[in-house]
Amino acid sequence: MFVVKYRKIFYSFTALLVAFSIFSVSYWGLNLGIDFKGGAIAEVEYQNRPAKSDVEASIKTLNFGEFSVRPTGDNAFIIRTRDLTNIERQQFITSIGVGSATTTASSTISGATLKRFDSVGPVLGQELAQKSTTAIIFVIIAIVLFITFAFRGVSEPVSSFKYGLVAVVALVHDVIVPTGIYAFLGRNGGFEVDALFVTAILVILGFSVHDTIVVFDRTRENLKHAPAKKPFYEIVGESISQTFARSINTSLTTVLALIALFVFGPEATRNFSLVMMIGIIVGTYSSIFLGSPLLVTIQKMKEKKGK
Amino acid sequence: MSKIRLFAVILLVLGVIIGYFVNASQHSGNGWMSKYPFKLGLDLNGGSHLVYQAEVSSSTTDVDGAMQSLRDVIEKRINAFGVSEPIVQTETAKIAGGESIHKLIVEIPGVTDPKEAIALIGQTPQLEFRIEKSNPEKIDAKLLASTTLSTTTLAGMLNARYEQATLTGRYLQKATILFDQKSGKPQIGLEFNSEGADIFAKLTGENIGKVIGIFLDGTPISLPVVNDAIKDGKAVITGSFTVEEARSLARNLNYGALPVKVDLIGTQSIGASLGANALNASVLAGEWGFLIVAIFLILWYRLPGVVAVVSLGIYTVLMLAIFKLLPVVLTSAGLAGLILSIGMAVDGNILIFERMREELQKGVTLSVGIREGFSRAWLSIRDSNLSSIITALILYTLATSALVKGFALVFLIGVLVSMFTAITVSRTLLLAIGGKTYAGITKFLFGNGLKK
Repeated sequence: MFVVKYRKIFYSFTALLVAFSIFSVSYWGLNLGIDFKGGAIAEVEYQNRPAKSDVEASIKTLNFGEFSVRPTGDNAFIIRTRDLTNIERQQFITSIGVGSATTTASSTISGATLKRFDSVGPVLGQELAQKSTTAIIFVIIAIVLFITFAFRGVSEPVSSFKYGLVAVVALVHDVIVPTGIYAFLGRNGGFEVDALFVTAILVILGFSVHDTIVVFDRTRENLKHAPAKKPFYEIVGESISQTFARSINTSLTTVLALIALFVFGPEATRNFSLVMMIGIIVGTYSSIFLGSPLLVTIQKMKEKKGK
Repeated sequence: MSKIRLFAVILLVLGVIIGYFVNASQHSGNGWMSKYPFKLGLDLNGGSHLVYQAEVSSSTTDVDGAMQSLRDVIEKRINAFGVSEPIVQTETAKIAGGESIHKLIVEIPGVTDPKEAIALIGQTPQLEFRIEKSNPEKIDAKLLASTTLSTTTLAGMLNARYEQATLTGRYLQKATILFDQKSGKPQIGLEFNSEGADIFAKLTGENIGKVIGIFLDGTPISLPVVNDAIKDGKAVITGSFTVEEARSLARNLNYGALPVKVDLIGTQSIGASLGANALNASVLAGEWGFLIVAIFLILWYRLPGVVAVVSLGIYTVLMLAIFKLLPVVLTSAGLAGLILSIGMAVDGNILIFERMREELQKGVTLSVGIREGFSRAWLSIRDSNLSSIITALILYTLATSALVKGFALVFLIGVLVSMFTAITVSRTLLLAIGGKTYAGITKFLFGNGLKK
């Protein structure tokens, strides 16, 4: 099968992709949302939307430090500030014309409805960061243990622990690449990292392993029935071809469902569906072009050592 | 074979009945079915979500007890206003540096103005008792009288003079308004529960001749001198109240004095229209998602594809019925999880079909091919879904927000149900429609891809 034969080409491509992602994350950084760094976000809808500069001038009088006002839809603004105390919040919503009209030097702002208001204190952000890290580490450990256990019967020519290890290499790849692409999008399109982004990454972890396991499982089965002389790389190659259609089709149906979610779904889960899509495509790529070929590489290294 | 066909018909009928239940329970005005509506989370229904941090000092020994009574108190207060199905829960979380924070989470559906929601929880009187220290520092009368006295200086002065007693508003049974027999001035009578009465008896017994201060929200209200041990668990706050003040204080204390101080650290409120839009968008996305996946399955897998679509339909109504029966509180993330799981639930079917095709190419009969395909695909289905189950469980345990928890729960149920439908529904239906021979039209129908 060509995947195993030309694995070095795919390794190079993978390396390039990972390098881009690492560069993207370290150069542009992740655009953390208020879930992580704390802050407030308000969506206000007006009967007659005032000028952006008027709203800015009105908020400025409150001296809350940095803030941003972004128009959304035909008659609404999304306003971000640092996190606000109870009293500050009331001052803030009055200043943008919710409830009663506010008159500044140059204009009057009124007729606003607060559609959404989120305020996250820094403590909650720290908690989320802590729990997200714990969750990612737990998932990775649990998956290695699980694969090691599930493939415990397999020891020749590659031990079950190494299947787990290879799955983790694929996992790390599947996390780094969407994160890198997201950092790029965050720089250029204002995409923010929030709790749902972390959720998406965790689900990608699960899905990627799911995919990798199906190929490994086929390898395990083929090993059992293969004649003793058959080289390992041929068995792996065959296993990849046998599961190829399934891998592509499963990912395709999932991506199709996610496209529907992206196009028709609510604003709240739009970024989530995008990250998931990227992750699933990347995950499918890694289980076909990275995971199983790596098994062959490990086996060849072991063979060389043996000689 | 006829047994299989009978079973297949039963499955289909069951699917239709469940579908009818899901639909009818949403539309029927009364009857037992109306007891099972979908439960929508705040982000789809509108409402407020408030997160408070409880300031549990290191001296508090029974943190769990204090948090528990905090929860009860807040719940009582919100219920007094007749809000439908508020959620009040406490949570302890570790943040960086190993420090624990104790959170109180309040969800109030329908109340979309954060101001109103915070007011519902109310002014939060915090009742505590403090004992005069054995060598109290004299309070600087001049400083106390100065107009520029800040609250922090005052608190510092008070802390130097009084120390916290173990008795707090937590042990309060009841507060009533009383009138002084001589002066006719309003007072507040406090009655402790039995545990509180014991503490109070011990406290007063040990501190005869000293001052036990009654503090509300850190301010001394009354500073009586202890004459004798009080064993009946009753105390009186005398102070210069107006009747109105005394009444509202007694009421607030009855709704519950908070056993610990709380700070609002996060709020989230979603307007009803935004919630309704999110719900409509989710439903639309779900319908389109199902449709696109169904078209792909039928075009690629032909007859087995149709079976997969039927199986996916049963999967979907089963999920919706479970959401109603458990019930699962649906959020936009939860619905995203459902749509995602529609795409992923197909996986079991695809694994089976691909495997079946391989078996059929070996030249076995159709029913043998179907059976072999299933039994061989099962190991893959089991192992690969276990990894998703692990992820979902960890996600559910460590989720910090209702959104993520909602997703994890739906995802977990989805994986379990999809395993079930793949191995029962799809298998039974395929065996029921499959003939004995694999040739001609059957060969076309059971083939796949672009080949004839």
